[in-house]
Amino acid sequence: MRENENVILSFAIMAVLIVFVGVFQSWGVALSILNLCLISAVMSIGVNIQWGYAGLINFGVMGFTALGGLAAVLVSVNPVREAWSVGGIEILVSIGLVLLLVLAIKVISKKIAQSKKRNILIGIIIVLFIILIRTISGPAIEAIESVNPATQGFLGGLGLPIIFSWIVGGLFAALVAFVIGKVALGLRSDYLAIATLLISGIIVSIVKHEDWLSRGVKNVIGMKRPAPYEIDLQQSEWFINLVTFLNSSKLNLINDVIKKEKFLNQLVIDASTIFVKLCFAGLFSTVVIILLILTQKALYSPWGRMMRAIRDNEEAAKAMGKNVVKQHLNIFIIGSSIIGMAGAMLVTYDGLFTPVSYQPLRYTFLIWIMVIIGGTGNNYGSVLGAFIVWFLWIEAAPISLFLINILTSNIDHSNEFKKHLINSVPYFRFIIMGIGLLFIMRYRPKGLLPEKIKIQKI
Amino acid sequence: MDFLNAIVLIANFVIVPALTYGSQLALGAIGVTLIYGILRFANFAYGDLMAFGTMISILITWKFQSMGITFGFLPTALLALPFAVVVTIIVSLIFDKYIFEYYRIKKSPGVTLIVVSLGLMFVLNGIVRIVIGTGDKQFFDGHKFLIKANEFKELTGLNEGLAIKSTQLITLITTVIIALMLFWFLEKTKTGKSMRAYSNNEDLALLSGIDPSRVVMITWVIASILATVAGTLYGLDKSFKPFTYFNNLLPIFAAAIVGGIGNPIGAFFGGFLVAFSEIMITYAYKKVLIYLLPESLEPTSLMQLLSTDYKFAVSFSILVIVLLFRPNGIFKGKVL
Repeated sequence: MRENENVILSFAIMAVLIVFVGVFQSWGVALSILNLCLISAVMSIGVNIQWGYAGLINFGVMGFTALGGLAAVLVSVNPVREAWSVGGIEILVSIGLVLLLVLAIKVISKKIAQSKKRNILIGIIIVLFIILIRTISGPAIEAIESVNPATQGFLGGLGLPIIFSWIVGGLFAALVAFVIGKVALGLRSDYLAIATLLISGIIVSIVKHEDWLSRGVKNVIGMKRPAPYEIDLQQSEWFINLVTFLNSSKLNLINDVIKKEKFLNQLVIDASTIFVKLCFAGLFSTVVIILLILTQKALYSPWGRMMRAIRDNEEAAKAMGKNVVKQHLNIFIIGSSIIGMAGAMLVTYDGLFTPVSYQPLRYTFLIWIMVIIGGTGNNYGSVLGAFIVWFLWIEAAPISLFLINILTSNIDHSNEFKKHLINSVPYFRFIIMGIGLLFIMRYRPKGLLPEKIKIQKI
Repeated sequence: MDFLNAIVLIANFVIVPALTYGSQLALGAIGVTLIYGILRFANFAYGDLMAFGTMISILITWKFQSMGITFGFLPTALLALPFAVVVTIIVSLIFDKYIFEYYRIKKSPGVTLIVVSLGLMFVLNGIVRIVIGTGDKQFFDGHKFLIKANEFKELTGLNEGLAIKSTQLITLITTVIIALMLFWFLEKTKTGKSMRAYSNNEDLALLSGIDPSRVVMITWVIASILATVAGTLYGLDKSFKPFTYFNNLLPIFAAAIVGGIGNPIGAFFGGFLVAFSEIMITYAYKKVLIYLLPESLEPTSLMQLLSTDYKFAVSFSILVIVLLFRPNGIFKGKVL
């Protein structure tokens, strides 16, 4: 128990802070902070597996998150039959052609020895296929996008419950991670960082601009939910009874029937949003706990020891007969698929898919700050980091507003400088995050909860 | 005549914009590559350093404009640029002293420094947004066009016009001057040679009595000059928005790696390569082909390889291809 004291203490402090927000701001805010903390925790577990276990820099977090979001759309949205009948077959043929192209290139590069001729042949094949695909898909895409463009204009998804998309998102991310890993993992670590950052940029620009796939920048809204809807709750009898029961003491104080009815109505509306968020929190924390158990097990298994050995001394691990390249690829895929899952969870929670919102600062670098502040190589650490950083990210604005008001209390309200400062309150979070990261890197480079290495006594 | 029209069309929509954009990328890429060569890490804060330098020159320009100082037909920002450069140099030397020096002495791996530069990136990002806000800022004054499309049409009697903005010419000229001066400095002066030696082999350079702190200081000075100039030119040519500067970091990295990271000449050409391919691949050639081809062959589609939405994706793909086939870049890297 003793060794986990720090972990328990720090999570207790985090819980108190969130309750504090609940009491002083509102429970709705506190619960949305909690939910996003949990989703961020999943992402940071994914990054921690890559960076903490294996020392791989993956700056492509944003791309995998977007893929997860795309999976949520493709799984849960109802298929648009009209669009399928207009151009579905052409799109399927084009996808088949893309696969055929990849296969053809693979076969050629295997069968024919490397030479200038081969490269030219591959080039010609690529150009031919691109022309073919564009002539087939071009009219189809146009037709699909003109089907009811205000609300549809895309193929839609499978119409399954959205919770399946969490797995599908993981699979999508794993698939893409496999391709990226094959291409980029051989690179030096700093090249890998830049390459993954740029590739995630490519992924996001595809998601943004292929309207037939996911409506692109027009966004997909009103997605399904694994949790009940507020409106349904507000009309269901058991929920109203529950709220009445919970607030019976307050309700009994009011004598006027109409006032009582009004008050109860308000209570039910408030309670319904909180109830929905609690449902999400339950789902998300289940995922986080399962992931924590699995990753902890993995970390202290022979496999985890091997990963740490590879991280700490690649040459020695190679000499011991470990296949470093293969293990790196494995861990890149595992970590990325966890991030993809988190991306699907995020879209599930928001209920909408907005490709424009995928920015590297928010989805790549903020997650990295979480992992590094929390503690590289320690799963509890990265979860804690996710909680702290997300909490600060949201609460930085009120905190800095409060501080500015104190520091400038003797300056008049009409002062331009003060006005400017108060207007730019939302941007103080960037500075807080940056300084936090710099301090941690300088004075506690292993993070708040450092990696623990258990040495077995014989 | 049709042939000339096609050439003018391409010059107007491909060559001129690509030369301008390429110059801005080239300057930034040289800065990134210098830092990589001497300090041995990829500086993710560079885009925001550019934004910071540009912000300073905008503030000074506004001050000048309010005082009634102008630079004739040239934009006032050029007058403000030297002051902004000095401020940026001081700021980056302070950052080096209090942030990067510690890790340099400790000989931390490049990966640690990347993470540290992320922290600096966030700080600079916040400062710029707090001081100047996130909106679009215009600070251009002076003559806007060197030659307008209509004037060109009247002058030559062609159907297509060629418009050249004065900022485009200023960008190109400044870039060429700065790049030439830099290459001369690196090749001919003693300090430049010591920088190249340090980049090539740190231990040998130290043995030969090269002062590392001086080399590092000069690197930051040059990198800050390049960042401020490139950023201000970009801001003059388009407009200033803190967010775009972060986004520009990515093609800048692409340019630096494509040219062989650590190699300034490579970075210079890498910038133009990235810019030209971005614009050439996303340009719709329909009109050009209408001029060139006989009527029966005229294309009906836009004849565009990729839509302009994929502008950034093009430069990233170039990078991936180069990394796959020539991991050291087109020009061999790692030596200044």
